[in-house]
Amino acid sequence: MIVLEKRPQPSRAWSYATPLVAVLATMVFGGLLFAILGKNPVQAIGTIFWEPLFGEFAFYYRPQLLVKGAPLVLIAIGLSLGFRAGIWNIGAEGQYIMGAIFGAGAGLAFYPLDAWYIFPIMVVAGAFGGWLWATIPALLKVRFGTNEILVSLMLVYVAEQMLASVSLGLLKNPEGFGFPGSRNLQSYESAHNAELIAGSGMHWGVVAAFIAVIFAYVLLNRHMLGFHIRLTGEAPRAAKFAGVNPARLILFCLGISGALAGLAGMFEVSGPSGQISIDFNVGYGFTAIIVAFLGRLHPVGILLAGGLMALTYIGGEIAQSQLGLPAAAIQVFQGMLLFFLLAFDLLTNFRIRAARSEVA
Amino acid sequence: MKFKSLLTTAAIALGLATGAVAQDKTKVGFVYVGPVGDGGWTYEHNKGRLAIEEEFGDKVETVFVESVPEGPDAERVMTQMALEGADLIFTTSFGYMDPTINVAKKFPNVKFEHATGYKMADNVSVYSARFYEGRAVQGHIAGKMTESNIIGYIGSYPIPEVIRGINSAYIHAKKANPDVQFKIVWAYTWFDPAKEADAASVLIEQGADVILQHTDSTAPQAAAQEAGNVITFGQASDMSEYAPKPRVSSIIDNWGPYYIARTRAVMDGTWTSSNTWDGIGPGMVEIGEISDAVPADIKEEALALKAALADGSYHAFTGPLKKQDGSDWLAEGEVADDGTLAGMNFYVEGLEGDIPQ
Repeated sequence: MIVLEKRPQPSRAWSYATPLVAVLATMVFGGLLFAILGKNPVQAIGTIFWEPLFGEFAFYYRPQLLVKGAPLVLIAIGLSLGFRAGIWNIGAEGQYIMGAIFGAGAGLAFYPLDAWYIFPIMVVAGAFGGWLWATIPALLKVRFGTNEILVSLMLVYVAEQMLASVSLGLLKNPEGFGFPGSRNLQSYESAHNAELIAGSGMHWGVVAAFIAVIFAYVLLNRHMLGFHIRLTGEAPRAAKFAGVNPARLILFCLGISGALAGLAGMFEVSGPSGQISIDFNVGYGFTAIIVAFLGRLHPVGILLAGGLMALTYIGGEIAQSQLGLPAAAIQVFQGMLLFFLLAFDLLTNFRIRAARSEVA
Repeated sequence: MKFKSLLTTAAIALGLATGAVAQDKTKVGFVYVGPVGDGGWTYEHNKGRLAIEEEFGDKVETVFVESVPEGPDAERVMTQMALEGADLIFTTSFGYMDPTINVAKKFPNVKFEHATGYKMADNVSVYSARFYEGRAVQGHIAGKMTESNIIGYIGSYPIPEVIRGINSAYIHAKKANPDVQFKIVWAYTWFDPAKEADAASVLIEQGADVILQHTDSTAPQAAAQEAGNVITFGQASDMSEYAPKPRVSSIIDNWGPYYIARTRAVMDGTWTSSNTWDGIGPGMVEIGEISDAVPADIKEEALALKAALADGSYHAFTGPLKKQDGSDWLAEGEVADDGTLAGMNFYVEGLEGDIPQ
């Protein structure tokens, strides 16, 4: 018989190994799934992981990894701070939307003025929009003890309605023949978050994601606030004795994750996406939760996890068009990744033992 | 990663990719907004793709990617297809408009066909179907068949195409039955079985005994079947698995002939950028079999209406018509021009409620 025995200390080795083991297990079982669908599993897995990085058209896909990964990393970094302290912001998708609306709205308010200060204002507005949306559940939690998981999640749906509303009304392109959606910011130079070097995929959002990683790393390792965040998550009682103010921590963690999600939305709407439209959000806010955990809530881990997630998206699309794999199979594949990660995570805290059955 | 070297490789390879078109097989790509198994919109576009394969056999190769979100993801999928040597790419959702234009700029030798949009370029055509003609036939049947005089309508997004459909259905339902009333629910999705089923249930609870839908799944059909005495119409696809009741007829998008013609044009080198908006006449819009649940006389009227729309002797928007606010729109005998129809953002007189703004 097999029993699980709690480790006195979480295993350091396993906490580093589980993401890798999870990726390997996903490859094996994903390959099995593809084989059942009648595709060559080695070829399919190869297409997903190899083609975007080293294939014939890697020159195009590599920059796209940055474009796809940057919002994931930016949002996940913010989420990880709260998650570490046991503050669960599940509504990053909504904060992402609000950041985009505020950012794009600020930019479009100046249209067609041409000035250098428009883009910085949009950046601030985007961060503010996300911060505002995350501060609602934070204040409700601090003041009335509501559950931030539920409130932040519900606010996603409110934000989606707002998005539909501004696409059809406030921000609708006056030259759009009545179709929903804002002007395309890509063709409004002062508000366009263009690639810094053409063809590189590097836009300000990617820069912001890298800065956020460094910022989070320093915060968690070198700063009192970061220590408080970790302490609150790992030993809440000790945190109290250390004088951590829980209300302030909640406001900070939710606020900063909201602001980062808002920034991600703003960089996306002014760059790769270009316009506010009803279907602007494609689930970055939710996928970032997976990225945060896949990266072990560690800034560098999140950076790698964001890259991996982007890889499965882009590789998955290539596999679809080249091998005819259904989109749903790719989604199952991505889902497996989180599933196996959580499953193998058990090994960090528990040890598997073959126990002898003893006489009761 | 060195950006300069990356840039040069990018430039060179883009050049190669556009040059790589000269191959013997014509490659046709499709970008779908939903899954090919949605039973509606994407399903029919995919049937069009299969029609190309059947027509040209091994002279063509088709590829597709399904469930592609509108925005940067769509742009990447299109770029990927163009890089891999597609000669012709069909982008089959309104939200792919700007991405299509962006990618088309980078690949001047690849032809693009964007469904239901309005932005064109030298290598970008737009095409759509006059679904509103089918809505006229539906409206007539709905007006005749309803006993509660309440017709439920599941709208997807309040965009001109959908509003056109609502207006057309309403005008003809009202002609058939002056007491008819429309209840409209906006689902804000093209394909979401759960939301569509909810919308249908809400409408049925409010007394609707006819459900019209502008969303792509069969969920409203299932909800109507469960409710019992409610009739529905297939949307985009025949949805005949719900015939003879609740589904009494349908609007079918028939893209096959257009897709074949455009592919042939690329093969012959005669492809030019064009704006196509076809209806029942050319066969882009089909009316699915009207089932036996509809009495013979109503069926006959509906078919007569269909015939008149097909041969052009009748236009679905013929005056006198007023706008919802009571202002005049079309005078007696006047028909709507395509410009107004394409950007239609108002209800006709008699419809209740506001278009979400």
